[in-house]
Order: sequence, then C-alpha cells, then structure tokens
Amino acid sequence: MHEARLIGFRTLLYKEVLRFWKVGFQTVAAPVLNALLFLLIFSHVLDRHVTVYGDVAYTAFLVPGLVMMSLLQNAFANSSSSLIQSKITGNIIFVLLPPLSYREFYAAYVIASMLRGLFVGCGVLLVSFPFVDLPIAAPAWVLVFALIGGAILGSLGVIAGIWADKFDQLAGFQNFLIMPLTMLSGVFYSIHSLPQMWQDVSHINPFFFMIDGFRYGFFGQSDVSPWLSLGVVSVCFVLLAVLTLAMLARGYKLRA
Amino acid sequence: MTCPALRIVSATKRYGTLQALAGVDLEVAQGEFFGLLGPNGAGKTTLISALSGLVRPDGGIFEVMGHNVVTDYRNARRKLGVVPQELVFDPFFSVRELLRIQSGYFGIRGNDDWIDEILANLDLTAKAGANMRMLSGGMKRRVLVAQALVHRPPVIVLDEPTAGVDVELRQGLWQFIRKLNRDGHTIVLTTHYLEEAEALCGRIAMLKAGRVVALDTTENLLRRFASHALRVRLERPENASALGATLSDSGWAEFALERYEDVEPALARLREAGGRILEMRLGEADLERVFVEVMNRA
Repeated sequence: MHEARLIGFRTLLYKEVLRFWKVGFQTVAAPVLNALLFLLIFSHVLDRHVTVYGDVAYTAFLVPGLVMMSLLQNAFANSSSSLIQSKITGNIIFVLLPPLSYREFYAAYVIASMLRGLFVGCGVLLVSFPFVDLPIAAPAWVLVFALIGGAILGSLGVIAGIWADKFDQLAGFQNFLIMPLTMLSGVFYSIHSLPQMWQDVSHINPFFFMIDGFRYGFFGQSDVSPWLSLGVVSVCFVLLAVLTLAMLARGYKLRA
Repeated sequence: MTCPALRIVSATKRYGTLQALAGVDLEVAQGEFFGLLGPNGAGKTTLISALSGLVRPDGGIFEVMGHNVVTDYRNARRKLGVVPQELVFDPFFSVRELLRIQSGYFGIRGNDDWIDEILANLDLTAKAGANMRMLSGGMKRRVLVAQALVHRPPVIVLDEPTAGVDVELRQGLWQFIRKLNRDGHTIVLTTHYLEEAEALCGRIAMLKAGRVVALDTTENLLRRFASHALRVRLERPENASALGATLSDSGWAEFALERYEDVEPALARLREAGGRILEMRLGEADLERVFVEVMNRA
C-alpha cells in the first residue's frame, strides 16, 4: 500500500517534469536567453562604471541575481501555468480522481517547480561563464537558497494556479506581484546604493532575502547576514506551505 | 455477505440557493448494470462527482465497495473508474503516455499488457503513439473510457459517454461495456439516450431536483407506467383528448393501455364518438414515455 502511494506521487512528479521538458524550448531555453540578454546589456553599459562590495565587478555581481531571478520566476510559472491550464481545459480531474493525497499533490507540483527553476538557473549560470569570472565561496548557501527560493515560488504558483479562474488573473498575479517583488529585490543593484527609505522598504520584501542570501554563497559577502536571510525565507516557506496545504486540504476551487 | 458496489445514504449537496442533492438514498449491487436518469440539473453529475471525490457533499454517506469516499478515499477511488461527461484531455501527451501516467497515479507500474488490451478493445491500438490533439472527438471519448479502466476498477461510472458519438462507435463502446459487465464489473450509466438505458440497464433510478423519484428494474418501470400504447391518426385529431388519448405534436393520438384486451374498448370509444381512423399502430411502452410520465408526476 505504501509503495502504491509512492508510485502515485512519483508519477505525478514525473508527469509535471515531462510536461515542461516536452516544451523545453519555451520553458527552459527562452528564459536562459532572456537572462543572457540582460547580462549582455547591463554588463556592457555598467561594468566599467560600477563595482560592488568594494572590488566585485558589476557583471560578476549581476550574475547570481539573474540566476536567482530566473529560477524564482520559472518555479512560479511552472506550477501556476500547469494548474490553470488543467483547470481551464478540465483535465485536472485526472489528478483529482486517483487516490493521491493533498500532501502528495503539493509535493509533486512544488518539487517539479523547483526542478524547472534549477534547470533554468543552471542554464543561466552556464551561459554566463564565458562573460564573467565568478567565484563560489560557499556552495552550500547557493544550494540552500536555490532550493528554498524554488519551493517558495513553487508554492506561490500552486496558490495562484488554484485561485485564478482565468489566464488574465494569473497574469495579474505574475505582473503585479511576482515581477515587481523580484525586480525590486536587488537583482540589479546592492541595496546599499539606495536611499535609506528604499533600503527599509527592501527589508520587507522576502525576495530581497532570497537573492541576497544566494549571492552570499558566491561572494561570501551580502547586504545582510545570510543567517537572517535564511530565517526570513524559511519562515516565508513554512507560512506559504501551510497556506497551500490548507487550501488543498479544503479542496478550495478544486473540489466543489 | 457481499457489500453493495455503491451505497449512498441521505446525500445532500447545495450550491448557493440550488439544492443539487436533497436526500438521495441509493444502493447498487455488485455486477449490476444500473441507469441513472433525469433531466438536466437533476443532480446526476453531482451524485457521481460526490462518489468520485470531485465534489464535497454537505451530508450523507457515500461508499464504493464498502469504502467510505471521505474517510477511506484511497481505497474507494481505487475501486472506481469514472468516464467524465466533458471531452477533456491533456494536450502534452500521447495516448500511451496518458494511460501509463494514469496507471501510475493509481500506484500501478508495468501495466502495458492491460493497456494494450484496453487499446485493442477500444480500437485505439493504431493511435497509441498519437498525441491527444491529433485525435477525433470520438477517439478522445474512447481514450477517456480507457483512462477510467487502467486500474481495473470493479465499479465503472459512465457519465453520458455517448454524447456526440457516431452510431458505429456507440455500438462498439456498448459491446465492450457489456463485456466488462459480463466479466463482473458494476456499471453505472447516465445518459439522455433513453433507448440505450432501456436496452442496457437492468435497474434504473430517476432523479428530479436532487431526489430519487423512481427506482426499480427497467422491466417493472415499463410495466408499472403503461405496458402498451395504441397510436392512431384521426381524421379529426382535435377529438382525441375528449376520448382520453394524448395528442402528440406529429398529430398522433396515443392511448396508454395496460393489457391487449383494452384495445377493443378504446376502439369502441372512438367509433361511438364518430372518430375516423386514418392510420393505426400498436406498440410496447418505451422508457421515454415512462420517463416523461414519472417526471410529470414527481
């Protein structure tokens, strides 16, 4: 019986991974290209004019931010787009009819989102190597923030995908919440370059802590302590996981 | 003692102001071919959805092969295969991929022998590698049936499976479903094609406004609500109602008779009233007339 449950969960995870892999040109290659364009443009314009943390070149500073931004956005896109497509086309019933628990449902969608985020993140990192000499001072921090960040955005994607009834509602969630929070999280700048008020505002943006902690893994330096960032993102993840699991347990917008 | 295939006790469900299920009690024995009939909005799909876990009932007990669909949902869902009403599919996968994935959801690996058998029975073998988007509507409908069968459920629910399906496919589908029933599977069918229900179902429940308004064997329902029908086309059809007949839109007057012996008195009444018969037919009552009668009385 336990093995049957494990097969059910693994099959849903496999299906979710296969779904984005089959359209990998759109789901993996395109975001890598987008990040590469950001890198080429910003590094060309700013690399000779800006240094960060004393002596870190701007292009080197930018790459971890771009990697994490791409990872987060794609983790969100994976679970949210899969769920809303399934809801609108009606094929969500193929996941709701089998004996899968809401915990297995959650874990499969979130892990698949994390995997897509990691694929894209690794892709961005790989295409950046020819342009920048990037140290990796503390790989464990890189991995921890990549995993928790992916899990947070994967959970947010599940919430958005379940909540939204139409594609434009999902686009609103993405454009008016996810995109501003990622763009204003220090991807392109150190918050020490901002006026005090905006530095304070950045400290209530959880995305800032994801990116800052991730960046610490590369340079061994960051705007705030990585332990503080880890604490903030861990609390965010736990809160979102509890909220998502509560929605799934109630069958909110899935089981009438 | 064997448990019923399906057991529903005092089922209630409300959507806003609409009472979709208003206290449904129903039992379907193992091995039955059972029909669930009713007009649109009667509660058929809500009942099926509550059985399969797609809808959370407000009250009542739902069991599949003795397993409660809420407290023992894993076992209940393993015993149930549902063919949904809507023509839904996942456009990312081929037919075989979909069936393997669906098997996996139910905890089954290495299910290709059974998948091949289902594909062959549903005439889908040649399309096993085709993407779902490439299939015709009828083929997509057959894949839905295949998906409901991959985990070999003892109870199969078909929610209007032949809606929009051509005659040839319909015949093939019923042949296969009959075979499954002969092999011991319990079949629950909802359909608007009453002649299908009459030909296939051993027992029928009729629902109206969330209540069971008739529940009996198909034979008893036909017998109880009028065994025979004398249909005549009259020179002056306007006299038909006065003689106790029902006048159809096509101009035929219909006398509902319990026995063949009632034919002569009906004709005598016509003669006495001076009615001139242009055409006459004598037929068995069909489920459609029973259905209309039950719905009017309820």
